[in-house]
Amino acid sequence: MAKYLFIQTRDPYESRQVDQDYELAAGLAGAGNEVTMFLVQNGVLPTRRGAQAPGLQQLIHTGVQVLCDEFSLRERGIATNALPVGVQATALDVVVDQLAEGRKAIWL
Amino acid sequence: MKALQIITSAYRCTIEEQDDPAVWITHAMKGAGAELGVVLRGNAVNYGVEGQSAAGLSFGGLPQTQPPRLDRDISKLVDKGIEVYAIQEDCAERGIVPTDLVGGIQSITRAELPKVFAKYDQVWHW
Amino acid sequence: MSSKPTLTFSIMDGPFEQARITTVMRLIDIAARRGYNINVFAYEGAVYLPFAKQAKHANAVHGHDVDQEDHPLSKDWIAALMKTAQANGGKLDWVNCGLCVDERGAQDSIEGCRRGSPADLWNSASASTNTLVVGTR
Repeated sequence: MAKYLFIQTRDPYESRQVDQDYELAAGLAGAGNEVTMFLVQNGVLPTRRGAQAPGLQQLIHTGVQVLCDEFSLRERGIATNALPVGVQATALDVVVDQLAEGRKAIWL
Repeated sequence: MKALQIITSAYRCTIEEQDDPAVWITHAMKGAGAELGVVLRGNAVNYGVEGQSAAGLSFGGLPQTQPPRLDRDISKLVDKGIEVYAIQEDCAERGIVPTDLVGGIQSITRAELPKVFAKYDQVWHW
Repeated sequence: MSSKPTLTFSIMDGPFEQARITTVMRLIDIAARRGYNINVFAYEGAVYLPFAKQAKHANAVHGHDVDQEDHPLSKDWIAALMKTAQANGGKLDWVNCGLCVDERGAQDSIEGCRRGSPADLWNSASASTNTLVVGTR
């Protein structure tokens, strides 16, 4: 099985495709692959407390590792201590780590 | 190394010489010996529809003489031995039926994408 | 392939109009500080990122003259990233798509950039640890 890195730059409010991206990541995880969904730029918007993000909530329970970029959160005033359970704030370095690891990387 | 090209962005570059830059660079890299496959996703599934024409653009009396022909470009990818897939649900949502597509395009569901991904070393999303 | 990672980035956007370049610059900065070898293939509008004729300006909304504002331009950041990569034992090899340069009149790039073709992207990708294509929207 392979390892995947999804770099999600968009949010489900502006693009319907984002929920399809979440489903694709879940499908890959369901097929036995190791998958990280890294949220960055407006991709972090659905992590705010009270945000309506059923697609992201479903993703969290599929075995996909969901990370989000600390800078993007801070830029948008989203508190890192109130993220949904299962979502972890982290530095962008993780993306470089996983690129260097040779994961199949997909910028969304 | 085999790289899968997922093309999502569509009809962005009508007046650029490279027509669609993702399709164009796929042709160019194939010419340089690359091993590639293509998935048309989202609005880009429309690139597979036969009978497109962007002819007739003229600004200030200066015509565009070589307009994009994306259906032809996709067809040529197939002719070069590149596997070209289109996402079934994305076609259906846009009212595109299989007979609308140029020959050689393989229809796959969203759920089948992981199997296609597994055939390639890298996945590039345009 | 050496043990030091080599990363290839393909980018398509011009300097300032969207968030993608900010994120890509951050990624390249991390890789440069680690001393990785970095290849960039600048496609379409991205050929303007290292355009040498970029010029700083004053910002009346901020109430600053040009010196007070002192806002770095993308060409300056790229030059700084090249120096950072080199200082840490790596290299940033920046290739501008030649046809895209011609179409846009962007021939005048900063020192250290070179002209290339899609074959350069494929060759870089084939020789790299990984490749990240940053498509535009």
